[in-house]
Amino acid sequence: MTVNTSKLPDPATILEPSPTQLLTRRAFGHTGLMIGGGILLIMLIMALFAPILAPFDPYDQDLAQRLIPPVWHDKGSWGHPLGTDNLGRDYITRIIYGARISLLIGFSAMLISGVLGTALGVAAGYFGGRVDMVITFLITTRLAMPVILVALAVVALLGSSLQIVIWVLGLLIWDRFAVVMRSATQQIRTMDYVTSARALGCSTLRIILSEILPNVANALIVVATLEVAHAVLLEAALSFLGLGVQPPEPSWGLMISEGKSHMFFKPWVIAIPGTAIFLLVLAINLLGDGIRDVTAPENRN
Amino acid sequence: MLIYSLKRFGVAILVTFAVSVITFVLLHASGDPAMAMAGEGATQEDIEYVREHFGFNRPMLVQYIDWFVRALQGDFGISIYLKIPVAEVIAAKAPITAILGASALTFALLISIPLGVLAAMKPNTIFDRIALTIAVIGQAMPTFWFALLMMIFFGITLRILPVSGNTTWQHFVMPSIALGYYAMPAIMRLTRAGMIEVLSSDYIRTARAKGLRPRTVLFKHALRNAIIPVVSLSAVQLGFMLGGSIIIETIFSLKGLGNLAWQSIQRSDFDVMQALVLSIAMFYILLTYLADLLNAFLDPRIRVS
Repeated sequence: MTVNTSKLPDPATILEPSPTQLLTRRAFGHTGLMIGGGILLIMLIMALFAPILAPFDPYDQDLAQRLIPPVWHDKGSWGHPLGTDNLGRDYITRIIYGARISLLIGFSAMLISGVLGTALGVAAGYFGGRVDMVITFLITTRLAMPVILVALAVVALLGSSLQIVIWVLGLLIWDRFAVVMRSATQQIRTMDYVTSARALGCSTLRIILSEILPNVANALIVVATLEVAHAVLLEAALSFLGLGVQPPEPSWGLMISEGKSHMFFKPWVIAIPGTAIFLLVLAINLLGDGIRDVTAPENRN
Repeated sequence: MLIYSLKRFGVAILVTFAVSVITFVLLHASGDPAMAMAGEGATQEDIEYVREHFGFNRPMLVQYIDWFVRALQGDFGISIYLKIPVAEVIAAKAPITAILGASALTFALLISIPLGVLAAMKPNTIFDRIALTIAVIGQAMPTFWFALLMMIFFGITLRILPVSGNTTWQHFVMPSIALGYYAMPAIMRLTRAGMIEVLSSDYIRTARAKGLRPRTVLFKHALRNAIIPVVSLSAVQLGFMLGGSIIIETIFSLKGLGNLAWQSIQRSDFDVMQALVLSIAMFYILLTYLADLLNAFLDPRIRVS
């Protein structure tokens, strides 16, 4: 005999939502997270598909078409939707390609500082004692050094290139990773599951990799987003001062620096690339705040 | 308290020493100082002469000890570009940066503390929303871009503020806002969080129950306690502002330490760069030291542990 299952309630409706379901539901209900994620997704698409999306070549100069205003301006046209720069290069093309540089530097610098800072922070939190003392001293020392000044001086001496900017920033901004990971590890190192792993004879490395790290992952992700935003802002500042990404690369910070001499009469030359930086950093920060709210709603205030 | 402050002082000295070593090594290992000083188009002989003359051919450790011993006596060398002692150059430029830093911090506190208090008094209302929005936007705006936008708006569109120089107080308005706004979100959030916590505490309820005026409760009882962490955060932020002054002073042509740092980097003026990084770091260390002492003084739990 067959049972008519269509009369029975759907099992999903009577079960409590699983943690994953709860998380997804919370994530989709979070306005900031959705806006941030949306903008970041658009920027990622811009960066990945730049050659397909961009109407022109980012390096192509056309001196007859210099400083054309954007389309919403009286003299603008759809030929160059965001206008052109002082060398006649199409602005929207350079903005699209600029997303590549900002995201590349932001993520790479975050990865370098993340590995360094997490290693130091987890070691300090897990071992405590002397190790903690030495690492805390390192963090204090790093915090005392002015980031922009040191970055500028080192880049000026080494000569600037994409790799150098990434490494210099990555080696400078690990402090927040270390601080947060240290306190997160301190909180869980005496937990029962860590003690039992130790009792089972797990090696220290194994305990750190499979017991500690997964449990500090949420905090790690939040710091990582903040540091991507931090690195994007620092790259823009370095490039603006002429010691970051070098011309003719389409870095947003560099575009502002190149447009500076025209800004009083053609303010859009700095308004457009600045808005791009602002939106990217805003999106990453909203995403980070959102992830924190969704994964640890108790820490909202 | 005495033991605590001595301990912290020892750490501060060690950190200063570590910063001096790291700065020295960074600047000397990042490039060939002799080549940078001789400038472009210098012949091999010129470079060798510079190396010999300034002692760059000696081992790094010897160079460092030599520099450190003289720095302890207040001798930071002579600026190769300006041809005057580094200590004099820094002393001459410091007042402008000090004014800029002080007014930037004042601006940040004047805006962010009232906003934070308002947001905490009425959590999850329109005030809270506005304050939060300002914080989120403030954190995402590149400082230099915000400075340029202000220059266009106040300097050209409205023509009410000068865009560069440092002769009158008006010259400091835009730089102070540009430098100060970056510290606002952090101070505001901390004030808000502190006030929310304090306002829900028992002694505030007691004060209210006694029938004290709401204003007295808010300012005399609540804000006084909520503001303690803000004081040390402000010290840290002031330290960060000194580092950030390099961008702001360059944009507004304020002839302070930031501007000096920027020019020295371009001129490969080693002794000035080194002395600047060290003095900004020392100022930051001093600020955090004072903030720690103040915290320990106000909160006895800190000095015991």
